[in-house]
Amino acid sequence: MGASQTRTEHKYQDLADKTGFSLEQIENLHKRFQQLSDNDNTISREHLDSIPSLANNPIRKQIIEAFFDKRNQHQNEVGSYEEIGFEQFLMVMSHFCPPSLTTTEEEKEAMRKEKLRFLFNMHDTDNDGTITLVEYRKVVEELLSKSGDIEQETVKAIADAAMLEVASTNVPHMAPDEFYEGITFEHFQQILKGLEMETRMHIRFLDVDTPTLRCGNSTS
Amino acid sequence: MAELRLARRSSFLPLTGLMCVVLLVFVSVASASRDVVSENNETWRDPAGETRGDSHHKTNSTAHKKAFPVLSFNYDHVQKPFEISLWILLALLMKLGFHIIPGVQNIVPESCLLIGVGLLVGGIIKAIGGEAPVLNTKLFFLYLLPPIILDAGYFLPIRPFTENMGTILVFAVVGTLWNTFFIGGMIYAVCRLEGGQLASVDPLSCLLFGSIVSAVDPVAVLAVFEEIHINELLHILVFGESLLNDAVTVVLYHLFEEFTHEGTVTVVDAVLGVVCFFVVSLGGILVGAIYGILGAFTSRFTSHTRVIEPLFVFLYSYMAYLSAEVFHLSGIMWLIACGVVMRPYVEANVSHKSYTTIKYFLKMWSSVSETLIFIFLGVSTVAGPHAWNWTFVIVTVVLCLVSRVLGVIGLTYIINKFRIVKLTKKDQFIVAYGGLRGAIAFSLGFLLTNSEMKNMFLTAIITVIFFTVIVQGMTIRPLVELLAVKKKKESKRSINEEIHTQQFLDHLLTGIEDICGHYGHHHWKDKLNRFNKAYVKKWLIAGGRSTEPQLISFYNKMEMKQAMMLVESGSAAKLPTIVSSVSMQNIQPRGPTRQRAIPSISKSREQEIRKILRANLQKTRQRASFLQQTRPDDRPV
Repeated sequence: MGASQTRTEHKYQDLADKTGFSLEQIENLHKRFQQLSDNDNTISREHLDSIPSLANNPIRKQIIEAFFDKRNQHQNEVGSYEEIGFEQFLMVMSHFCPPSLTTTEEEKEAMRKEKLRFLFNMHDTDNDGTITLVEYRKVVEELLSKSGDIEQETVKAIADAAMLEVASTNVPHMAPDEFYEGITFEHFQQILKGLEMETRMHIRFLDVDTPTLRCGNSTS
Repeated sequence: MAELRLARRSSFLPLTGLMCVVLLVFVSVASASRDVVSENNETWRDPAGETRGDSHHKTNSTAHKKAFPVLSFNYDHVQKPFEISLWILLALLMKLGFHIIPGVQNIVPESCLLIGVGLLVGGIIKAIGGEAPVLNTKLFFLYLLPPIILDAGYFLPIRPFTENMGTILVFAVVGTLWNTFFIGGMIYAVCRLEGGQLASVDPLSCLLFGSIVSAVDPVAVLAVFEEIHINELLHILVFGESLLNDAVTVVLYHLFEEFTHEGTVTVVDAVLGVVCFFVVSLGGILVGAIYGILGAFTSRFTSHTRVIEPLFVFLYSYMAYLSAEVFHLSGIMWLIACGVVMRPYVEANVSHKSYTTIKYFLKMWSSVSETLIFIFLGVSTVAGPHAWNWTFVIVTVVLCLVSRVLGVIGLTYIINKFRIVKLTKKDQFIVAYGGLRGAIAFSLGFLLTNSEMKNMFLTAIITVIFFTVIVQGMTIRPLVELLAVKKKKESKRSINEEIHTQQFLDHLLTGIEDICGHYGHHHWKDKLNRFNKAYVKKWLIAGGRSTEPQLISFYNKMEMKQAMMLVESGSAAKLPTIVSSVSMQNIQPRGPTRQRAIPSISKSREQEIRKILRANLQKTRQRASFLQQTRPDDRPV
């Protein structure tokens, strides 16, 4: 009993150092992981798909995809998994940690870059390093997918306008016959520069266990 | 030549102002000490010294026969409106003057200058011996305060407000309570220790005084913070606190006032006080929201009478405020709730021109009100009865500062345990330093009925107000620079920002929260949005706009804005810098057809954009070639 407990804590300590969570938070997330995976060791896409409250989310597919995307594991691999374990689950979740009072400016910069990279990966589905117009159109289409019947023209127009804006801010003087390939990561960073992503892109991770976690997949 | 003109102009305006002051002073003197004037025949000594030639001669020459008066002077008739208009004109000319004289703006905030002018005018009037108009409570609460609050509430940035709601509430409620009891208690202790004139002050009066002087004032905060452009978070913290603490102030004030009349406090009374607080705040929000919904509902049917649309917004909100005042509840909370609830629906319903009208009328009224408040504050200071007591005043000022600092530090320590993005020391300092007192405290003090202490209290209140507005107001700007506090970022809301931060990020965070399994901030916001879309919007927004998703309405708004900008700039030389040489050709993959930038939008929108573009696009048609893609004439009808 004692030996296994210290072994678990040691394992979590490793994860805690890597991801920046506290030990209690990892405990809670582990419990949630168990729930989602039906007490298995890995989660597949179907497990995440079956969360009922996620059904109303227009970008559900992208979110689920992001968990299985190898690029988000920070190990320079590409492609996607079929199933992920707890460690990969935690790595993806760690992108949503908030900065604390003790984070220095450089750390904040690094955090911001990491979060923007996560967003970028979500849009750049074919992993060619740029978000092309087609991919951007897909993004807009997904965003509007839950809002009733939207005409294709509107989607195209919005995506075009957005692309035009990125191009004009980053490469203001292009000759009429040059072609703007797509949004690279640098351009992406540039357009979202003033927004301080590290203070916006985070959720609250619980330190304490709450009853809602116990209800399993039937919670809505 | 230009310098000469400018020099002449800048010396012209103070001169005009001075003339207005002199005229006003004499008018008020004359009205204060005049005899009854008979209608036509009596000559009226014109202040500048000239007598009216005609009627003078007539009365002198004809004792019996009343000749037809060519020119008569009847001032009583228009006295009141005349004086009011003259005051307002004077105030606005002063404001104009400050902006023309270069350099003054950077050192002294406008509010201080206006108080200074008020002091000057008050001094002149008093020297002449006339009776100065005082900032009486009715005038202030019923006419001067509502426009400012409505302006603030209608344009309240909702996102930062709701995101920091917990912090704001803690500061507003707990902070004000702490301030009240600390100041009240310590003042009582000091009075007991000091003895003498102060010995007769009883604890309840002290608490009453504490409740008046501890509330942060939205007018002063707005006036000062608007000029220093600090970042959104701090602005909304201080400003939100100043708005919400009105509920607490109202309850405490009435509570203590009742108690001072009764003389004793029982437990039942204290409990009732707490109940009263909840009634005031929650009830206030609810009823204000109802007024807002009524206003939104009305605006749904105004598509044929566009001209009176703005009036509905103003009237419903003002009625909400007045209804609250009937019950002695917190008018500010009702007004804010009404404005906040009404806004998204009204904006979707009204025409573009009405939207502009609402915006500018609100800004105009609130600007005038603010100016008048500060000037009157100065005048009332000179005019009012004063009872200066060194100890009391100094102790009050010091205590206000101390309790504010202690309160902010203590509360932040607790709040930071719950906040995700913590408040740093710099933030805390600005929040503490930004706790300005203003005219509300003064007016509440004026309402006090216990006259023996009233003058002393009033003097102390005025000193605190002056201290915070002048000293803190003047020094906050250099301090912000010194501490390198983050300024407000220049917001140019681009469509990319909208897509990535508002839409995408929101859904992403909601999804992650769902995966994590707990219901956080985003989950509830998402639920509210969906409820709003499914049920509320159908009732309150007219026509097809009710089902329009936010992204599309944002996009339409942006396109409209760009069209207006193009039209207003007129010539190609002044085309906005957004237009670089990048055009649609550069981003399209190969394809012979050229895409249009205007989406297929609803008919009425199309009409509006078409009208605007066609009216003025003749000039720019030849020059800007990229306009070929956006000309409405191309599209197949």
